[in-house]
Amino acid sequence: MEGNTAWVLASAALVLFMTPGLAFFYGGMVRSKNVLGMLMQNFFSMGLVSVLWAVFVFSIAFGGTGKFLGDLNLVGLKTLGDVKSVIPAYAGKYALVVPPLAFVAFQLMFAIITPALITGVMTDRMKFRAWVVFLGAWLVFVYAPIAHWVFAPVGWLFKLGALDFAGGTVVHINAGIAALAVILVLGRRRGWPDETMPLHSLPLTLLGTGMLWFGWFGFNAGSALAANGLAAQAFLNTNNAAAAAMLGWLVVERLKGGHATTLGAASGAVAGLVAITPCAGYVGGLSPIIIGFVAGAVCFMAIQLKFRFGYDDALDVIGVHLVGGIVGSLLLGLFAEKAVNPDFGAKRLFFGGGLELLGYQAVAVLATMVWSGGISFVLAKVISATIGLRCNDEEEIVGLDLSQHAETAYSFGELGSMGRTG
Amino acid sequence: MKLITAIIKPFKLDEVKEALRGLGVQGMTVSESQGFGRQRGHTEVYRGTEYTVDFVPKVRVEVLADDSDVDRLAGAIVSAARTDKIGDGKVWITPVEQAIRIRTGEMGADAL
Repeated sequence: MEGNTAWVLASAALVLFMTPGLAFFYGGMVRSKNVLGMLMQNFFSMGLVSVLWAVFVFSIAFGGTGKFLGDLNLVGLKTLGDVKSVIPAYAGKYALVVPPLAFVAFQLMFAIITPALITGVMTDRMKFRAWVVFLGAWLVFVYAPIAHWVFAPVGWLFKLGALDFAGGTVVHINAGIAALAVILVLGRRRGWPDETMPLHSLPLTLLGTGMLWFGWFGFNAGSALAANGLAAQAFLNTNNAAAAAMLGWLVVERLKGGHATTLGAASGAVAGLVAITPCAGYVGGLSPIIIGFVAGAVCFMAIQLKFRFGYDDALDVIGVHLVGGIVGSLLLGLFAEKAVNPDFGAKRLFFGGGLELLGYQAVAVLATMVWSGGISFVLAKVISATIGLRCNDEEEIVGLDLSQHAETAYSFGELGSMGRTG
Repeated sequence: MKLITAIIKPFKLDEVKEALRGLGVQGMTVSESQGFGRQRGHTEVYRGTEYTVDFVPKVRVEVLADDSDVDRLAGAIVSAARTDKIGDGKVWITPVEQAIRIRTGEMGADAL
Protein backbone atom coordinates (compact mmCIF):
# COMPACT_ATOMS: atom_id res chain seq x y z
CA MET A 1 0.00 0.00 0.00
CA GLU A 2 2.73 2.48 0.97
CA GLY A 3 4.70 1.90 -2.22
CA ASN A 4 1.60 2.19 -4.36
CA THR A 5 0.55 5.36 -2.61
CA ALA A 6 3.98 6.90 -3.03
CA TRP A 7 3.99 6.20 -6.75
CA VAL A 8 0.47 7.45 -7.37
CA LEU A 9 1.09 10.68 -5.45
CA ALA A 10 4.38 11.22 -7.29
CA SER A 11 2.55 10.53 -10.54
CA ALA A 12 -0.12 13.08 -9.68
CA ALA A 13 2.61 15.68 -9.23
CA LEU A 14 4.17 14.65 -12.56
CA VAL A 15 0.83 15.06 -14.32
CA LEU A 16 0.34 18.50 -12.79
CA PHE A 17 3.75 19.45 -14.18
CA MET A 18 2.44 18.73 -17.67
CA THR A 19 0.10 21.72 -17.60
CA PRO A 20 2.84 24.36 -17.35
CA GLY A 21 4.70 22.16 -19.85
CA LEU A 22 1.78 22.43 -22.22
CA ALA A 23 1.59 26.17 -21.56
CA PHE A 24 5.19 26.61 -22.70
CA PHE A 25 4.78 24.18 -25.58
CA TYR A 26 1.88 26.29 -26.85
CA GLY A 27 3.24 29.62 -25.63
CA GLY A 28 6.37 29.39 -27.74
CA MET A 29 4.28 28.94 -30.86
CA VAL A 30 2.26 32.15 -30.62
CA ARG A 31 3.32 35.71 -31.39
CA SER A 32 4.99 37.51 -28.53
CA LYS A 33 1.96 39.74 -27.95
CA ASN A 34 -0.15 36.68 -27.12
CA VAL A 35 2.17 34.55 -25.02
CA LEU A 36 0.82 35.57 -21.63
CA GLY A 37 -2.70 35.00 -22.88
CA MET A 38 -1.71 31.48 -23.84
CA LEU A 39 0.13 30.74 -20.59
CA MET A 40 -2.73 32.17 -18.57
CA GLN A 41 -5.38 30.05 -20.26
CA ASN A 42 -3.40 26.99 -19.19
CA PHE A 43 -2.38 28.11 -15.71
CA PHE A 44 -5.91 29.21 -14.95
CA SER A 45 -7.08 25.64 -15.42
CA MET A 46 -4.98 24.65 -12.39
CA GLY A 47 -6.96 27.18 -10.37
CA LEU A 48 -10.55 26.73 -11.48
CA VAL A 49 -10.54 22.98 -12.08
CA SER A 50 -8.93 22.20 -8.70
CA VAL A 51 -11.64 24.08 -6.84
CA LEU A 52 -14.55 22.68 -8.87
CA TRP A 53 -13.10 19.17 -8.55
CA ALA A 54 -13.05 19.29 -4.78
CA VAL A 55 -16.46 20.93 -4.53
CA PHE A 56 -18.48 18.58 -6.73
CA VAL A 57 -16.96 17.55 -10.05
CA PHE A 58 -15.03 14.55 -8.69
CA SER A 59 -18.32 13.29 -7.32
CA ILE A 60 -20.22 13.57 -10.59
CA ALA A 61 -17.30 12.02 -12.49
CA PHE A 62 -16.38 9.11 -10.22
CA GLY A 63 -19.10 8.85 -7.58
CA GLY A 64 -22.02 6.41 -7.59
CA THR A 65 -22.51 3.31 -9.69
CA GLY A 66 -24.55 4.66 -12.62
CA LYS A 67 -23.60 3.86 -16.19
CA PHE A 68 -23.64 7.42 -17.49
CA LEU A 69 -22.83 9.80 -14.65
CA GLY A 70 -21.69 9.81 -11.06
CA ASP A 71 -23.79 11.14 -8.22
CA LEU A 72 -23.52 13.79 -5.52
CA ASN A 73 -22.61 11.53 -2.60
CA LEU A 74 -18.96 12.52 -2.68
CA VAL A 75 -19.57 16.27 -2.92
CA GLY A 76 -16.89 18.12 -0.99
CA LEU A 77 -14.93 14.84 -0.80
CA LYS A 78 -16.35 14.70 2.72
CA THR A 79 -16.17 10.98 3.44
CA LEU A 80 -12.96 10.27 1.58
CA GLY A 81 -10.59 11.54 4.25
CA ASP A 82 -11.10 8.25 6.03
CA VAL A 83 -8.47 5.96 4.50
CA LYS A 84 -10.82 3.02 4.85
CA SER A 85 -13.51 4.72 2.79
CA VAL A 86 -14.37 3.35 -0.61
CA ILE A 87 -15.35 4.92 -3.91
CA PRO A 88 -18.40 2.78 -4.79
CA ALA A 89 -17.52 2.34 -8.47
CA TYR A 90 -14.19 0.78 -7.48
CA ALA A 91 -15.32 -2.42 -5.80
CA GLY A 92 -14.45 -6.10 -6.04
CA LYS A 93 -11.72 -6.81 -8.59
CA TYR A 94 -11.47 -3.09 -9.33
CA ALA A 95 -10.81 -2.10 -5.72
CA LEU A 96 -8.17 0.60 -5.46
CA VAL A 97 -4.88 -0.28 -3.80
CA VAL A 98 -4.23 3.36 -2.90
CA PRO A 99 -6.14 5.62 -0.50
CA PRO A 100 -9.17 7.25 -2.15
CA LEU A 101 -7.69 10.72 -1.82
CA ALA A 102 -4.60 9.67 -3.80
CA PHE A 103 -6.97 8.65 -6.58
CA VAL A 104 -8.87 11.95 -6.27
CA ALA A 105 -5.60 13.90 -6.61
CA PHE A 106 -4.35 11.82 -9.53
CA GLN A 107 -7.61 12.18 -11.47
CA LEU A 108 -7.71 15.91 -10.72
CA MET A 109 -4.51 16.45 -12.65
CA PHE A 110 -6.07 14.80 -15.72
CA ALA A 111 -9.09 17.06 -15.39
CA ILE A 112 -6.79 20.09 -15.31
CA ILE A 113 -4.78 19.30 -18.41
CA THR A 114 -7.58 17.98 -20.64
CA PRO A 115 -9.41 21.29 -21.12
CA ALA A 116 -6.03 23.05 -21.23
CA LEU A 117 -5.26 21.06 -24.38
CA ILE A 118 -8.14 22.82 -26.14
CA THR A 119 -6.52 26.24 -25.68
CA GLY A 120 -4.23 25.53 -28.62
CA VAL A 121 -7.05 26.60 -30.94
CA MET A 122 -8.07 29.63 -28.90
CA THR A 123 -4.81 31.51 -29.38
CA ASP A 124 -4.76 35.21 -30.14
CA ARG A 125 -8.50 35.80 -30.10
CA MET A 126 -10.42 34.18 -27.24
CA LYS A 127 -11.79 36.48 -24.55
CA PHE A 128 -10.39 35.45 -21.20
CA ARG A 129 -13.75 35.57 -19.47
CA ALA A 130 -15.24 33.42 -22.20
CA TRP A 131 -12.53 30.85 -21.48
CA VAL A 132 -13.32 30.96 -17.75
CA VAL A 133 -16.96 30.13 -18.42
CA PHE A 134 -16.20 27.57 -21.12
CA LEU A 135 -13.65 25.82 -18.92
CA GLY A 136 -16.00 25.39 -15.98
CA ALA A 137 -18.97 24.35 -18.09
CA TRP A 138 -16.89 21.98 -20.20
CA LEU A 139 -15.50 20.26 -17.12
CA VAL A 140 -19.00 19.61 -15.82
CA PHE A 141 -20.88 18.77 -19.01
CA VAL A 142 -18.20 17.10 -21.11
CA TYR A 143 -15.22 15.92 -19.07
CA ALA A 144 -17.08 14.48 -16.07
CA PRO A 145 -19.47 12.27 -18.05
CA ILE A 146 -16.86 10.97 -20.47
CA ALA A 147 -14.39 10.21 -17.67
CA HIS A 148 -17.23 8.31 -15.99
CA TRP A 149 -18.14 6.33 -19.11
CA VAL A 150 -14.57 5.24 -19.85
CA PHE A 151 -12.53 5.26 -16.65
CA ALA A 152 -15.00 4.26 -13.95
CA PRO A 153 -15.50 0.47 -13.93
CA VAL A 154 -19.26 1.05 -13.83
CA GLY A 155 -19.29 3.32 -16.92
CA TRP A 156 -21.01 2.04 -20.04
CA LEU A 157 -17.94 2.11 -22.30
CA PHE A 158 -15.79 0.43 -19.65
CA LYS A 159 -18.44 -2.29 -19.25
CA LEU A 160 -18.74 -2.66 -23.01
CA GLY A 161 -15.08 -3.68 -23.11
CA ALA A 162 -13.50 -0.59 -24.67
CA LEU A 163 -10.00 0.01 -23.34
CA ASP A 164 -8.37 3.31 -22.50
CA PHE A 165 -5.40 2.99 -20.21
CA ALA A 166 -4.68 6.67 -19.55
CA GLY A 167 -6.98 8.81 -21.65
CA GLY A 168 -6.82 8.35 -25.43
CA THR A 169 -10.55 8.98 -25.59
CA VAL A 170 -11.15 10.80 -22.29
CA VAL A 171 -8.27 13.22 -22.73
CA HIS A 172 -7.04 13.47 -26.29
CA ILE A 173 -9.97 12.69 -28.56
CA ASN A 174 -12.17 14.57 -26.13
CA ALA A 175 -10.04 17.73 -26.22
CA GLY A 176 -9.31 17.41 -29.94
CA ILE A 177 -12.92 17.22 -31.08
CA ALA A 178 -13.87 19.99 -28.63
CA ALA A 179 -11.19 22.13 -30.27
CA LEU A 180 -12.78 21.54 -33.67
CA ALA A 181 -16.21 22.48 -32.28
CA VAL A 182 -14.83 25.66 -30.71
CA ILE A 183 -13.17 26.95 -33.87
CA LEU A 184 -16.36 26.43 -35.84
CA VAL A 185 -17.84 29.12 -33.61
CA LEU A 186 -14.73 31.17 -32.87
CA GLY A 187 -13.51 31.56 -36.45
CA ARG A 188 -10.03 32.16 -37.79
CA ARG A 189 -7.39 34.44 -36.42
CA ARG A 190 -7.35 37.84 -38.16
CA GLY A 191 -5.16 37.48 -41.20
CA TRP A 192 -4.94 33.67 -41.23
CA PRO A 193 -3.75 32.03 -43.46
CA ASP A 194 -2.33 34.88 -45.57
CA GLU A 195 -0.35 36.79 -42.97
CA THR A 196 2.75 35.33 -41.41
CA MET A 197 2.34 34.74 -37.71
CA PRO A 198 5.86 34.15 -36.50
CA LEU A 199 6.36 31.62 -33.71
CA HIS A 200 7.99 33.80 -31.12
CA SER A 201 10.13 31.27 -29.23
CA LEU A 202 10.83 27.75 -30.38
CA PRO A 203 13.15 27.20 -27.39
CA LEU A 204 10.11 27.65 -25.10
CA THR A 205 8.25 25.10 -27.18
CA LEU A 206 11.09 22.59 -26.86
CA LEU A 207 11.28 23.24 -23.12
CA GLY A 208 7.55 22.59 -22.85
CA THR A 209 7.90 19.40 -24.86
CA GLY A 210 10.53 18.14 -22.43
CA MET A 211 8.26 18.93 -19.48
CA LEU A 212 5.38 17.12 -21.18
CA TRP A 213 7.46 14.04 -21.94
CA PHE A 214 8.71 13.95 -18.33
CA GLY A 215 5.25 14.45 -16.86
CA TRP A 216 3.74 11.86 -19.17
CA PHE A 217 5.47 9.12 -17.17
CA GLY A 218 3.11 9.99 -14.35
CA PHE A 219 0.19 10.21 -16.75
CA ASN A 220 0.66 6.73 -18.23
CA ALA A 221 2.70 4.73 -15.74
CA GLY A 222 0.73 6.29 -12.89
CA SER A 223 -2.46 5.02 -14.52
CA ALA A 224 -1.50 1.53 -13.36
CA LEU A 225 -2.61 3.03 -10.02
CA ALA A 226 0.02 0.84 -8.36
CA ALA A 227 3.79 0.53 -8.22
CA ASN A 228 4.17 -2.69 -10.15
CA GLY A 229 5.33 -4.34 -13.35
CA LEU A 230 2.45 -2.92 -15.34
CA ALA A 231 3.55 0.58 -14.35
CA ALA A 232 7.06 -0.24 -15.56
CA GLN A 233 5.67 -1.52 -18.86
CA ALA A 234 3.60 1.64 -19.31
CA PHE A 235 6.62 3.77 -18.42
CA LEU A 236 8.82 2.21 -21.07
CA ASN A 237 6.04 2.14 -23.66
CA THR A 238 5.51 5.86 -23.13
CA ASN A 239 9.13 6.70 -23.66
CA ASN A 240 9.58 4.50 -26.70
CA ALA A 241 6.45 5.64 -28.45
CA ALA A 242 7.49 9.28 -28.06
CA ALA A 243 10.94 8.46 -29.40
CA ALA A 244 9.64 6.50 -32.40
CA ALA A 245 7.04 9.16 -33.19
CA MET A 246 9.72 11.82 -33.25
CA LEU A 247 11.56 9.71 -35.82
CA GLY A 248 8.37 9.02 -37.80
CA TRP A 249 7.49 12.71 -37.99
CA LEU A 250 11.03 13.74 -38.95
CA VAL A 251 11.32 11.11 -41.68
CA VAL A 252 8.13 12.25 -43.39
CA GLU A 253 9.01 15.89 -42.86
CA ARG A 254 12.49 15.41 -44.31
CA LEU A 255 11.11 13.54 -47.31
CA LYS A 256 8.38 16.10 -47.98
CA GLY A 257 9.95 19.38 -47.07
CA GLY A 258 13.67 18.82 -47.11
CA HIS A 259 14.48 19.64 -43.48
CA ALA A 260 14.19 17.91 -40.15
CA THR A 261 12.99 20.73 -37.89
CA THR A 262 13.07 21.26 -34.13
CA LEU A 263 9.34 22.00 -34.11
CA GLY A 264 8.87 18.74 -36.01
CA ALA A 265 10.84 16.80 -33.39
CA ALA A 266 8.76 18.34 -30.61
CA SER A 267 5.45 17.82 -32.39
CA GLY A 268 6.32 14.24 -33.31
CA ALA A 269 7.20 13.38 -29.72
CA VAL A 270 3.91 14.80 -28.50
CA ALA A 271 1.99 12.89 -31.18
CA GLY A 272 3.62 9.67 -29.99
CA LEU A 273 2.82 10.42 -26.37
CA VAL A 274 -0.79 11.05 -27.35
CA ALA A 275 -1.08 7.83 -29.33
CA ILE A 276 0.49 5.61 -26.66
CA THR A 277 -1.75 7.02 -23.93
CA PRO A 278 -4.66 4.61 -24.42
CA CYS A 279 -2.30 1.71 -25.15
CA ALA A 280 0.34 2.20 -22.47
CA GLY A 281 -0.75 -0.61 -20.13
CA TYR A 282 -1.97 -3.05 -22.77
CA VAL A 283 0.86 -3.38 -25.27
CA GLY A 284 4.43 -4.60 -25.04
CA GLY A 285 7.52 -5.59 -26.97
CA LEU A 286 8.08 -3.43 -30.01
CA SER A 287 4.41 -2.51 -30.41
CA PRO A 288 4.85 0.96 -28.83
CA ILE A 289 7.57 1.73 -31.34
CA ILE A 290 5.30 0.79 -34.24
CA ILE A 291 2.39 2.74 -32.74
CA GLY A 292 4.60 5.78 -32.17
CA PHE A 293 6.13 5.71 -35.62
CA VAL A 294 2.72 5.46 -37.28
CA ALA A 295 1.34 8.27 -35.10
CA GLY A 296 4.24 10.57 -35.93
CA ALA A 297 3.85 10.06 -39.65
CA VAL A 298 0.04 10.23 -39.66
CA CYS A 299 -0.15 13.35 -37.47
CA PHE A 300 2.35 15.13 -39.70
CA MET A 301 0.07 14.53 -42.64
CA ALA A 302 -3.06 15.36 -40.63
CA ILE A 303 -1.93 18.87 -39.74
CA GLN A 304 -1.74 19.80 -43.41
CA LEU A 305 -5.50 19.31 -43.74
CA LYS A 306 -6.32 22.63 -42.08
CA PHE A 307 -5.09 24.53 -45.11
CA ARG A 308 -7.18 22.41 -47.43
CA PHE A 309 -10.35 22.74 -45.39
CA GLY A 310 -9.71 26.26 -44.13
CA TYR A 311 -10.12 25.77 -40.36
CA ASP A 312 -7.62 27.64 -38.24
CA ASP A 313 -6.27 24.89 -35.96
CA ALA A 314 -3.64 27.34 -34.79
CA LEU A 315 -1.43 25.03 -32.72
CA ASP A 316 -2.63 21.76 -34.25
CA VAL A 317 -4.79 20.45 -31.44
CA ILE A 318 -6.94 18.60 -33.96
CA GLY A 319 -4.05 17.30 -36.06
CA VAL A 320 -2.11 16.02 -33.06
CA HIS A 321 -4.56 15.26 -30.25
CA LEU A 322 -7.69 14.23 -32.11
CA VAL A 323 -5.89 12.33 -34.85
CA GLY A 324 -3.17 10.96 -32.53
CA GLY A 325 -5.83 9.90 -30.02
CA ILE A 326 -7.80 8.08 -32.72
CA VAL A 327 -4.67 6.39 -34.07
CA GLY A 328 -3.74 5.15 -30.59
CA SER A 329 -7.24 4.09 -29.61
CA LEU A 330 -7.76 2.09 -32.80
CA LEU A 331 -4.25 0.58 -32.95
CA LEU A 332 -4.89 -0.67 -29.43
CA GLY A 333 -7.52 -2.91 -31.00
CA LEU A 334 -4.75 -4.52 -33.02
CA PHE A 335 -1.84 -4.57 -30.59
CA ALA A 336 -3.34 -5.30 -27.14
CA GLU A 337 -1.77 -8.33 -25.46
CA LYS A 338 -3.19 -10.44 -22.69
CA ALA A 339 0.35 -11.32 -21.63
CA VAL A 340 0.93 -7.67 -20.75
CA ASN A 341 -2.38 -7.09 -19.05
CA PRO A 342 -4.88 -9.93 -18.50
CA ASP A 343 -7.49 -7.37 -17.51
CA PHE A 344 -9.61 -7.44 -20.65
CA GLY A 345 -11.79 -9.99 -22.35
CA ALA A 346 -12.27 -8.98 -25.95
CA LYS A 347 -10.28 -10.51 -28.77
CA ARG A 348 -7.68 -8.36 -30.46
CA LEU A 349 -6.23 -8.75 -33.89
CA PHE A 350 -2.51 -9.40 -33.70
CA PHE A 351 -2.34 -11.18 -30.39
CA GLY A 352 -5.36 -13.41 -30.27
CA GLY A 353 -7.26 -12.94 -33.53
CA GLY A 354 -10.54 -11.23 -34.17
CA LEU A 355 -11.81 -7.71 -34.52
CA GLU A 356 -13.97 -7.59 -31.42
CA LEU A 357 -11.76 -5.18 -29.46
CA LEU A 358 -11.27 -2.95 -32.50
CA GLY A 359 -15.07 -2.66 -32.70
CA TYR A 360 -15.33 -1.60 -29.04
CA GLN A 361 -12.55 0.91 -29.55
CA ALA A 362 -14.39 2.40 -32.51
CA VAL A 363 -17.57 2.72 -30.43
CA ALA A 364 -15.64 4.54 -27.69
CA VAL A 365 -14.00 6.88 -30.21
CA LEU A 366 -17.33 7.70 -31.85
CA ALA A 367 -19.21 8.14 -28.60
CA THR A 368 -16.57 10.55 -27.32
CA MET A 369 -16.57 12.52 -30.56
CA VAL A 370 -20.34 12.84 -30.71
CA TRP A 371 -20.83 13.88 -27.08
CA SER A 372 -17.81 16.13 -26.74
CA GLY A 373 -18.14 17.65 -30.20
CA GLY A 374 -21.86 18.29 -29.80
CA ILE A 375 -21.83 19.71 -26.27
CA SER A 376 -18.68 21.78 -26.88
CA PHE A 377 -20.31 23.34 -29.93
CA VAL A 378 -23.43 24.22 -27.93
CA LEU A 379 -21.36 25.69 -25.09
CA ALA A 380 -19.35 27.82 -27.50
CA LYS A 381 -22.55 29.00 -29.23
CA VAL A 382 -24.22 29.93 -25.95
CA ILE A 383 -21.18 31.84 -24.73
CA SER A 384 -20.85 33.55 -28.08
CA ALA A 385 -24.48 34.69 -27.92
CA THR A 386 -24.28 35.93 -24.33
CA ILE A 387 -20.97 37.29 -23.05
CA GLY A 388 -19.17 36.87 -26.37
CA LEU A 389 -16.47 34.36 -27.25
CA ARG A 390 -14.08 36.43 -29.25
CA CYS A 391 -12.15 39.65 -28.66
CA ASN A 392 -12.98 42.65 -30.80
CA ASP A 393 -10.60 43.50 -33.62
CA GLU A 394 -8.76 46.13 -31.65
CA GLU A 395 -8.07 43.73 -28.76
CA GLU A 396 -6.92 41.04 -31.14
CA ILE A 397 -4.57 43.44 -32.90
CA VAL A 398 -3.09 44.73 -29.66
CA GLY A 399 -2.69 41.14 -28.48
CA LEU A 400 -4.16 39.14 -25.64
CA ASP A 401 -1.39 40.03 -23.20
CA LEU A 402 -2.26 43.69 -23.09
CA SER A 403 -5.95 43.55 -23.98
CA GLN A 404 -6.96 40.70 -21.65
CA HIS A 405 -4.41 40.91 -18.87
CA ALA A 406 -2.87 44.43 -18.98
CA GLU A 407 0.64 42.99 -19.02
CA THR A 408 3.60 42.73 -21.37
CA ALA A 409 5.57 39.47 -21.54
CA TYR A 410 8.96 40.76 -22.54
CA SER A 411 10.57 44.11 -21.85
CA PHE A 412 14.05 44.33 -23.21
CA GLY A 413 16.17 47.39 -22.66
CA GLU A 414 15.33 50.54 -20.78
CA LEU A 415 13.39 52.33 -23.51
CA GLY A 416 10.03 53.59 -22.43
CA SER A 417 8.90 55.05 -19.16
CA MET A 418 6.43 53.59 -16.76
CA GLY A 419 4.70 55.65 -14.11
CA ARG A 420 2.67 54.36 -11.19
CA THR A 421 -0.87 55.69 -11.18
CA GLY A 422 -2.68 53.65 -8.61
CA MET B 1 14.77 62.45 -54.51
CA LYS B 2 12.91 62.31 -51.21
CA LEU B 3 12.68 60.08 -48.17
CA ILE B 4 9.15 59.37 -47.01
CA THR B 5 9.00 58.37 -43.35
CA ALA B 6 5.74 57.14 -41.93
CA ILE B 7 4.91 56.22 -38.34
CA ILE B 8 1.84 54.01 -38.42
CA LYS B 9 -0.20 51.61 -36.31
CA PRO B 10 1.43 48.18 -36.46
CA PHE B 11 -1.63 46.37 -37.79
CA LYS B 12 -1.85 48.78 -40.73
CA LEU B 13 1.53 47.70 -42.04
CA ASP B 14 0.16 45.08 -44.42
CA GLU B 15 -2.29 47.50 -46.00
CA VAL B 16 0.37 50.18 -46.39
CA LYS B 17 2.78 47.69 -47.91
CA GLU B 18 0.18 46.48 -50.40
CA ALA B 19 -0.82 50.04 -51.33
CA LEU B 20 2.81 50.97 -52.03
CA ARG B 21 3.44 47.79 -53.96
CA GLY B 22 0.37 48.55 -56.03
CA LEU B 23 2.02 51.83 -57.03
CA GLY B 24 5.17 50.07 -58.16
CA VAL B 25 7.37 50.65 -55.14
CA GLN B 26 10.30 48.23 -55.27
CA GLY B 27 11.47 48.33 -51.68
CA MET B 28 10.99 49.76 -48.24
CA THR B 29 12.51 49.58 -44.79
CA VAL B 30 10.41 48.76 -41.77
CA SER B 31 11.28 48.93 -38.11
CA GLU B 32 9.43 48.54 -34.87
CA SER B 33 9.49 51.70 -32.83
CA GLN B 34 7.88 53.34 -29.84
CA GLY B 35 6.71 56.84 -29.24
CA PHE B 36 3.83 59.08 -28.43
CA GLY B 37 1.87 61.82 -30.06
CA ARG B 38 -1.58 62.91 -29.01
CA GLN B 39 -2.55 59.33 -28.27
CA ARG B 40 -2.04 58.53 -24.62
CA GLY B 41 -0.05 55.45 -23.58
CA HIS B 42 -1.70 52.40 -22.11
CA THR B 43 -2.11 50.99 -18.62
CA GLU B 44 -0.50 47.82 -17.29
CA VAL B 45 -1.19 46.17 -13.96
CA TYR B 46 1.36 44.31 -11.84
CA ARG B 47 0.33 42.86 -8.49
CA GLY B 48 -2.55 45.24 -8.12
CA THR B 49 -0.64 48.39 -8.97
CA GLU B 50 -1.47 50.27 -12.14
CA TYR B 51 1.25 51.74 -14.27
CA THR B 52 0.95 53.93 -17.31
CA VAL B 53 3.24 53.15 -20.18
CA ASP B 54 3.81 56.34 -22.16
CA PHE B 55 5.31 55.00 -25.34
CA VAL B 56 3.02 53.20 -27.71
CA PRO B 57 4.34 50.55 -30.11
CA LYS B 58 4.39 51.81 -33.70
CA VAL B 59 5.89 50.81 -37.00
CA ARG B 60 8.20 53.12 -38.89
CA VAL B 61 8.13 52.76 -42.67
CA GLU B 62 10.78 54.41 -44.83
CA VAL B 63 10.58 54.66 -48.60
CA LEU B 64 12.92 56.45 -50.99
CA ALA B 65 11.04 58.04 -53.87
CA ASP B 66 11.64 60.08 -56.95
CA ASP B 67 10.36 63.67 -56.65
CA SER B 68 7.59 63.03 -59.15
CA ASP B 69 6.23 60.06 -57.17
CA VAL B 70 6.35 61.53 -53.69
CA ASP B 71 2.85 62.97 -53.46
CA ARG B 72 1.23 59.85 -54.86
CA LEU B 73 3.09 57.54 -52.48
CA ALA B 74 2.58 59.70 -49.42
CA GLY B 75 -1.12 59.94 -50.26
CA ALA B 76 -1.34 56.17 -50.59
CA ILE B 77 0.27 55.70 -47.18
CA VAL B 78 -2.08 58.18 -45.56
CA SER B 79 -5.22 56.60 -46.93
CA ALA B 80 -4.07 53.04 -46.21
CA ALA B 81 -3.01 53.81 -42.64
CA ARG B 82 -6.04 55.85 -41.62
CA THR B 83 -8.53 54.52 -39.09
CA ASP B 84 -9.88 57.99 -38.16
CA LYS B 85 -8.97 57.29 -34.55
CA ILE B 86 -6.39 59.06 -32.47
CA GLY B 87 -2.93 57.50 -32.84
CA ASP B 88 -3.02 56.87 -36.58
CA GLY B 89 0.48 58.32 -36.84
CA LYS B 90 2.33 60.75 -39.09
CA VAL B 91 4.04 60.97 -42.45
CA TRP B 92 6.86 63.33 -43.25
CA ILE B 93 9.02 63.90 -46.26
CA THR B 94 12.64 64.95 -46.29
CA PRO B 95 14.97 65.78 -49.18
CA VAL B 96 17.69 63.25 -49.97
CA GLU B 97 21.09 64.30 -51.34
CA GLN B 98 22.06 61.06 -53.00
CA ALA B 99 21.31 57.33 -53.09
CA ILE B 100 23.62 54.54 -54.21
CA ARG B 101 22.81 50.91 -54.94
CA ILE B 102 25.63 49.01 -53.27
CA ARG B 103 25.77 46.06 -55.64
CA THR B 104 26.06 48.07 -58.88
CA GLY B 105 27.13 51.50 -57.77
CA GLU B 106 24.13 53.06 -59.60
CA MET B 107 23.25 56.48 -58.28
CA GLY B 108 20.25 58.77 -57.95
CA ALA B 109 16.96 57.71 -59.53
CA ASP B 110 18.64 54.61 -60.99
CA ALA B 111 19.35 53.37 -57.50
CA LEU B 112 15.69 53.43 -56.44
